[in-house]
Amino acid sequence: MASLRTQFEVPGKMKTWSYALIGLGLAALLYGMFTKGFSSDEHEQVHFWGTLMYNTIFWTLICNASMFFISVTTLAQAGFTQTFRRIPEAISTLVPIFGAITFAVLMYIIFGHKHHIYHWLDTEAVAADPILKGKAGFLNPTFFVIWTTLTIALWSFLGWRIRKLNDEADAGPMDRETSDRFIYRGTVRTAMFTVWFGLTVGSTIPWLWMMSIDAHWYSTMYSWYTFVSSFVAGMSLIALWVIYLKNKGYLELTSQEHLHDIGKFMFAFSIFWTYLWFSQYMLIWYANIPEETVYFKHRTQGAYKGIFFFNLIVNFLCPLLILMKRSAKRNYTLVTFMAVLIIFGHWIDFYQMVMGSLMQDHVTLGWMDFGILAFFVGVMILYVGTALSKKPLIAKYHPYLKESVIHQV
Amino acid sequence: MAKKKFVVGCFDDEAVLFPAVKKVRTAGYKIHDVYTPFAVHGLDHAMGLRETSLHTAGFIYGITGTTTAISAISWIFTKDWPLNIGGKPHFALPAWIPIMFELTVLFAAVGMVLTFCYLCQLAPFVKKHHFHARATDDLFVMVIECTDKTNTDDLQAFLSSNGALETKVEVAEDGWWLGRYDKDEMPFEEKQIVAA
Repeated sequence: MASLRTQFEVPGKMKTWSYALIGLGLAALLYGMFTKGFSSDEHEQVHFWGTLMYNTIFWTLICNASMFFISVTTLAQAGFTQTFRRIPEAISTLVPIFGAITFAVLMYIIFGHKHHIYHWLDTEAVAADPILKGKAGFLNPTFFVIWTTLTIALWSFLGWRIRKLNDEADAGPMDRETSDRFIYRGTVRTAMFTVWFGLTVGSTIPWLWMMSIDAHWYSTMYSWYTFVSSFVAGMSLIALWVIYLKNKGYLELTSQEHLHDIGKFMFAFSIFWTYLWFSQYMLIWYANIPEETVYFKHRTQGAYKGIFFFNLIVNFLCPLLILMKRSAKRNYTLVTFMAVLIIFGHWIDFYQMVMGSLMQDHVTLGWMDFGILAFFVGVMILYVGTALSKKPLIAKYHPYLKESVIHQV
Repeated sequence: MAKKKFVVGCFDDEAVLFPAVKKVRTAGYKIHDVYTPFAVHGLDHAMGLRETSLHTAGFIYGITGTTTAISAISWIFTKDWPLNIGGKPHFALPAWIPIMFELTVLFAAVGMVLTFCYLCQLAPFVKKHHFHARATDDLFVMVIECTDKTNTDDLQAFLSSNGALETKVEVAEDGWWLGRYDKDEMPFEEKQIVAA
């Protein structure tokens, strides 16, 4: 164990790149904010705040997916994650930061009364609309603010408790009783996170943050669809960091066997995403009720047709055909390529979920989208790198570590 | 079916079996098979078996199923017997996807089970030679195929020195043949003549 390189140091190149990306992103963000976000034209405002909104939500959710991955693997008593568990932990330290940005953006929309984004903010329209009146118990600013605050605060807090508990596995060897107790406490803490995750990402949060843009429309699949979209992108992000650290000569105990399992998550949840995509689409297509088809009308027949089907090719066909083979999931180059593709694909998915409703007449994908994306990628690289350097890369007294080291697929 | 000569060695411990397999292979003997009471992790690598192509077969069966479904349904609903169902187009792809999926799974599953049985030589009304009855209970049974030049005594001694509890030489069928365990005799077995 003594020969392991467990102390990650942030390379200068990484810092340079992330500062460059953040700088570029901030320039695009600020330029967009002053030319569009604060312009007098409602259309331009919706363009900017919508773009910022789907980016913040996407990055918060995929970083939170890391904590969900830790939680479910802990609850399932899965040992194989131990050799690389500090990576999802480091990614999840971003939840408070991205969560705060998301919170600020959403609060600006709510208190700035941007009813062109959330139609239900318009009190006069709600009063005259029986459907929105029926939803007013759920879709109202008070509930939105309280629930959003609670959500982001509890994600951060419960995740922090889980990370803090795992620090005890750095301290020193545990005897049988201590390790049993350690596992039990981990189970309780991750169970609490999982329950809260189910109540938020698994149901209410996508309804509030994104589905309520189409205030009349509803789909029971929507939250699951959003969750899977963020989870599969989150797994890809973990895969990228694992491969990066392997390339730098860290994570000696993590092997192709672990990569294979991460690859299986990427493959399986891409299929699951497609299952939900299709279930949502087919039921609405089959029933053909105007108030439901309105969501797909401009996506399948309007300006977003290209994006809509591109989404399906990148997020379903590519993972299905490329990641299907065992050798592909064990190949570092292919997994890297697929991880980047999947993250990009699901970013596009979030793009069409939000902007497909806000800017129905034309596809707005352009410099502002990629600029804001660059900002988030830069922040992500910088913070995850810093978080990784603060703790040993392996919690070497964790009771399950041996199981993870000898893990074989 | 060809009868062949085999040398059989029985082990009662995995930890002895693995080095023995390795030594037998380095010595240049050809291992016919190792029969174990349960699936032993890593034994396939130790024996140098190649990765199975069963999943490739499964993929081919699967796309055969997809193709069968899409061609059958599209022919039926657009050419053979077009029906107006709720004003939907005749070529109603979303409605067909569940059926395409089901047929993909059906073809892949049934095809892979049958292929697996064929590769393992398992079927009703066929038999295979059992080298040692305790291979289904508590012994790991290594079977080595002999050539004309194999010195069976040497090989038996070699196996014993590597931890085999019991060794024997057998002449047996190497594959399957038609027959029933409850009715038939072994095809090569001499009828026992019971003295009066």
